Amino acid sequence: MIEDFDRLTVTSLSRHYGRRKALSKVTFSCSSGDIAGLLGPNGAGKSTLLAILGTLLAPSEGGVRYGDVTAEAGGAGLRARIGMLGHDLFLYPELTAHENLTFFGRLYGVPDAASRAGAALARAGLGERAHDAVSGFSRGMRQRVALERALLHQPRLLLLDEPFTGLDQASTAALVARLKEEQGRGVLTVLATHDLDVVDGLLTRELFLRNGRLMEVGVGEGSLRERYRAAIATA
Amino acid sequence: MSRLNQIELALAGAMLAVSPWIINAAPYESTMGLVQKIFYYHMPSAWLFLIAALVAGVSSAIFLFGRKPTADAWALAAAEMAVVFGIITLVTGPLWARKAWGIWWVWDARLTSSLILWMIFVAYLLLRRYGGPGSDKLGAGMALFGLANVPFIFVSVNVWRTLHPQTSVVPTLPVQMGGPLWFCVFAFLLLFLALLSMRARLQQQRVRIEQLYLAEDEA
Amino acid sequence: MSNFLRVAVLVVRKDLMVEARSLEVVSTTLFFALTVVLVFAFGLVREGRPVDDVAAAILWIATAFSGTLALGRTFERERQADTLRALMLAPADRPAIYAGKLVGMLLLMGLVELVLVPLIGLLFQAPIFDHPLHLAALLVAGTTGFAAVGTLFAAMLVRARSRDVMLPILLYPITVPVMIAGVRGTAALFQARPDEALAQFWIALLVFFDVVFVTLALWTFEPVMTE
Repeated sequence: MIEDFDRLTVTSLSRHYGRRKALSKVTFSCSSGDIAGLLGPNGAGKSTLLAILGTLLAPSEGGVRYGDVTAEAGGAGLRARIGMLGHDLFLYPELTAHENLTFFGRLYGVPDAASRAGAALARAGLGERAHDAVSGFSRGMRQRVALERALLHQPRLLLLDEPFTGLDQASTAALVARLKEEQGRGVLTVLATHDLDVVDGLLTRELFLRNGRLMEVGVGEGSLRERYRAAIATA
Repeated sequence: MSRLNQIELALAGAMLAVSPWIINAAPYESTMGLVQKIFYYHMPSAWLFLIAALVAGVSSAIFLFGRKPTADAWALAAAEMAVVFGIITLVTGPLWARKAWGIWWVWDARLTSSLILWMIFVAYLLLRRYGGPGSDKLGAGMALFGLANVPFIFVSVNVWRTLHPQTSVVPTLPVQMGGPLWFCVFAFLLLFLALLSMRARLQQQRVRIEQLYLAEDEA
Repeated sequence: MSNFLRVAVLVVRKDLMVEARSLEVVSTTLFFALTVVLVFAFGLVREGRPVDDVAAAILWIATAFSGTLALGRTFERERQADTLRALMLAPADRPAIYAGKLVGMLLLMGLVELVLVPLIGLLFQAPIFDHPLHLAALLVAGTTGFAAVGTLFAAMLVRARSRDVMLPILLYPITVPVMIAGVRGTAALFQARPDEALAQFWIALLVFFDVVFVTLALWTFEPVMTE
C-alpha cells in the first residue's frame, strides 16, 4: 500500500497503435482537490488517456507520476488507490448490484465488503434493486452502480469516462454533489465528458483534447461551451 | 544489405551450387542407395529448423521479460526461418520416404514431431498477421510455449511411435558421409544466418519507419 | 501467498455464481460434447463394432473440442462489460486471477468428463471401472495441461482480432503431447490386456507437462496481458 499522493504529473505522454496516433506529447498536472475535465470530440484520445492514467495501458513515450511514484514502481499498491468508471462499466450483468460491489470490494481488500456494498447502494438510491441482476437495469442505473464500484475502496485518484451518460436530472445532480464531496476529501478526479453544460463550474482544470493533442489548459471567462468552441476552432 | 550478409549469401550460394557434385562423390548408403542422398539437404534443414525455433523462443522470452523491443524483430525473423526450413524438412522427408518405402508419410517419430513444431510456428505467423494490434506480445507468449513444448513433443511422439513398426528416416552414419554432410550443414548455416539477420533488420526498419511517420506527423 | 489464494478463490466463486445464474456455458458445452461423441462414432464404428482404441480417442477429442468452445465462451463473457480489464485494474496479484480462471475451467471440464466417461463406457463397452484410479489420474492430469494452456491463450486473445479461430489454431498444436498422452494412456487401460505400466508412464509425462506449463503460464500471464 503506497502513501496517498497529492499530485498527478503527466509528462510528454504519447501512445500510438502502429501508424495511428492516439495521444501525442500530452503534458499536464493536477493536484489533490482538482477536478480535471478531459474535453474533446470522439476519437480525441480521452479514453486512451484515462486508460494510461489507470495503469491499464502503457504509454509509447513519456510517463505519469503519482506523487513521486511511477506506474511501474507503484504496482498493486498504486492500483489500490485508483478508482475507475470505464466506458463499458465493468459490471457482471448476470450478478446483482450487491454481488458486483461485494466481489469488487473484496478484490480490493475492502474490509466488511458486503455491508459497505449495501450502504453504498442505499446511498445511491438503489437500495430496493440491490438484489436484482444488473442486466435488468437501465444504462443510468448501471452507471450509478458502476460509480459506487469505483468509489467503494475510497480511491485517491478517480477516473471517470463519460459518467453523465444516461443520467437523469436528479442522478446528475447527485453525481455532481458526490464529486464535490470527494473533492473535499482531497481526491484527484479526472473525467472525460461531452456534457459541457453539466460540468461548467464543476471543473477546476479544463483540458481540451483533439487528435491526441492537448489544446489548452485553463479556466477562463465565458461559459465552458464558448471556451471549448474557441479552443477547437484554433486547432 | 550489409557486407557480412553479402559474403554469407555469396558463399552459401556458391557452396550450394557445388553441393550436388560433392554429394555425388559421397559413398552410397548400403540399404537405400541413391535415394538416401536427399538426406544431405534434409538433415541440415532439420537442424536449422530446430535452431530457428530455439532463437524464436529465446528472443520471445527476452522480448516479454526483458522488454527489449528489438528482440521481437529477431523472434519474428526466426519464426519465419523456422517455417521455411520446416517446409524444406517436411518436403524432403516424404520424398525420401516415398522412394525408399513406397508411401509418402510413414509417421516417423522425428518427422511427425517436426510437423507439430512447424505448425506451432505457422500458427505464430498467423497470429502476428491476423491478430490485430498487440499481437507481438501474444505471439511472444505463443513462441515461448512452443519452445518449452519441444521436449514433450519429442518424447510423446517417440513413445507413441515405438508401439508401431519402426521405420526411421534417419539411419546412423558411416564416417565417409561426414564430409559432404558438414559441407551442406555449413552452406545452409550461412544461408540461415544471412536470411535471419536480413529479415530481422527489415523488421526493425519497418518499426523505425512507423516511428518516423509518427514523428513527422507531429512536426 | 494467502493473498494469492484469497484472490483466486474470489475469482472462482464469482465465476461459479455467474454461471449458476443461467447455466448457459455448462449446458451448451455438455450438449456439444455429446454431439462430438455421436459424430465421431458414426465415422469410426463399422458394422456395429468399434475400431480399436476408438473409445479413448473419442473421449479425449470430445473433451478437447468442448473445452475449446467453453474457453471461448467464458472469456467472451469477460469481454462484454470489459470486466477482464476491471480484474487487471484491481490491486490483486495478476497470476492469482489466472489461477482462479484456471480452476473454474477445470471444474467445468471435469463436469463434462463426468458425463462423457460413463457415456463412452456405455456406447463402446469400455472398461471404465477396471482401473478407476489410473483413469482418473489421466483425466485430471491431462485436463489440467489442456486447461492451463487454454486459459492463458484465451485470456491473451480477448482483445485480439479473429479470436474465435485463433484459439484452436494456437491451442491444438501446443497441446498435442497432452492429447497423445491422454489417448494412448486411456487406450492402454481400455485394451484387452491393459498395460498399467504404460499408463503410468503417460500419467507421469502429463504431470510433468502440467508443472512446466502452469508455471510458465503464471509467469507469462502478467507480461502478456498488459498492453
